[in-house]
Amino acid sequence: MHLTINGAGRDLDLDSRTTLLDALREHAGLTGTKKGCDQGQCGACTVHVDGDRVLACLTLAAQAEGRTITTIEGLAGTDGALHAVQAAFIEQDAFQCGYCTPGQIMSAVACIREGHTGSDDEIREYMSGNLCRCGAYPHIVAAVRDAARRLKTEPAR
Amino acid sequence: MRTFDYLRAHDAATAMAEAAKPETRFLAGGTTLLDLMKLNVERPARLVDITRLSGLDTIEVSADVIRIGALAKMSKVADHADIKAAAPVLSESLWRAASAQLRNMASIGGNLMQRTRCTYFRDPGAYANCNKRNPGSGCAAIEGVNRNHAVLGVSDACIAIYPGDFAVSLVAFDARVVVRGSSDRIIPVDNFFLLPGQTPHLEHPLAPGEMIVGIEIPRSPALKRSHYLKVRDRASYEFAAASAAVGIELEADGKTIRDVRIAVGGVATKPWRLRAVEASLKGKTLDEATLRTAAAASVKGAKSSGHNAFKIGLTPKVVARALMTVGDIA
Repeated sequence: MHLTINGAGRDLDLDSRTTLLDALREHAGLTGTKKGCDQGQCGACTVHVDGDRVLACLTLAAQAEGRTITTIEGLAGTDGALHAVQAAFIEQDAFQCGYCTPGQIMSAVACIREGHTGSDDEIREYMSGNLCRCGAYPHIVAAVRDAARRLKTEPAR
Repeated sequence: MRTFDYLRAHDAATAMAEAAKPETRFLAGGTTLLDLMKLNVERPARLVDITRLSGLDTIEVSADVIRIGALAKMSKVADHADIKAAAPVLSESLWRAASAQLRNMASIGGNLMQRTRCTYFRDPGAYANCNKRNPGSGCAAIEGVNRNHAVLGVSDACIAIYPGDFAVSLVAFDARVVVRGSSDRIIPVDNFFLLPGQTPHLEHPLAPGEMIVGIEIPRSPALKRSHYLKVRDRASYEFAAASAAVGIELEADGKTIRDVRIAVGGVATKPWRLRAVEASLKGKTLDEATLRTAAAASVKGAKSSGHNAFKIGLTPKVVARALMTVGDIA
């Protein structure tokens, strides 16, 4: 199976049952995308497929063939410069244990691009598919709000 | 998970021919099917991926009807400007469902095929008895923890709730499901969902290989003045404790009800239209007392299984509040 992940083509030999999440973590060696519930309930596995945020745990790898897959590893610039959302999460201290963070960030990047950051309530609504068991929600909302503001004035990446 | 063959369909005729074979399921967004396969509730031998079929994801709002292709994503329909203007209830019932990620995956046709969240249905390892999974094996929910089970449309074989939101809107506004098999046929959406009765394993009137290709919703003044109220245990990303899809059209005097539509979700075994409540409101004056009196009949015939008794008290309040909101008297 041929997958395009973060701009690079990968040939992987996969069972039909393999989810995109397991293909990324166990076969492509990209462990930034996290496995939380593996049942579509927590958002830790959020990645972008053709630019849309989706859950890698409920996507078969075969369904992603021929699509453009972006993971947390593909977010920073080639020079290593952090994406505005990554920088905002650090500045706002928007995590404790960090396990949900890659999913939160991938979801936040899409949330901002979709234009669903008009108010803190709208951010909470459109980020509600990403659970944080540490309860860092107030700082996550602050980080998304800040990043959205910054991306309005800077060219989007 | 049981092993399965994966086939990617490139034309509808092939997809339907392949799906008519035994133990085969269509795969679209996968948010229900793959989840239930991981739980060993669904155990297909073959999946036919229909997501690459062309021409089935269109959204068209014309003068008298809204047409939505079966492969349109929930998120795209929810955000569609013409749908928001012509049918707020459709947009609201979509964006208040699931999460942004799931709405980017789930298709409109697949949404109609969403299965119950009954915890006993979803746990075959611990509960062999489920009439929906194994006809005749009994129901663990009736004597079990049933706080989120149905109070309307139940039988002594099954009290599993229909968990969705969008179809509640569709039922309220007389939508039609367009199905393609040996020929195309139209199924009124109310008939697309079957009551459990003694056959809770039968949920839809679809023949093997038949494929949902779209949904049609007739436009009306009540659809334009519509609303979806969803009451739940937490503010977002949660199934309904009770919900109501409503729409209203007033006479020229601005206070007499000419047309009203009401369906409720989160309380019944299928999306539940309240035609008797609608009939009792037509010709009446729009005010809170009238709405509350009529809404009391929302739960006529309701049956509690114990923990879910609160839904019988909650439903009329949700119906009344939704109507007051859409009538601008909230």
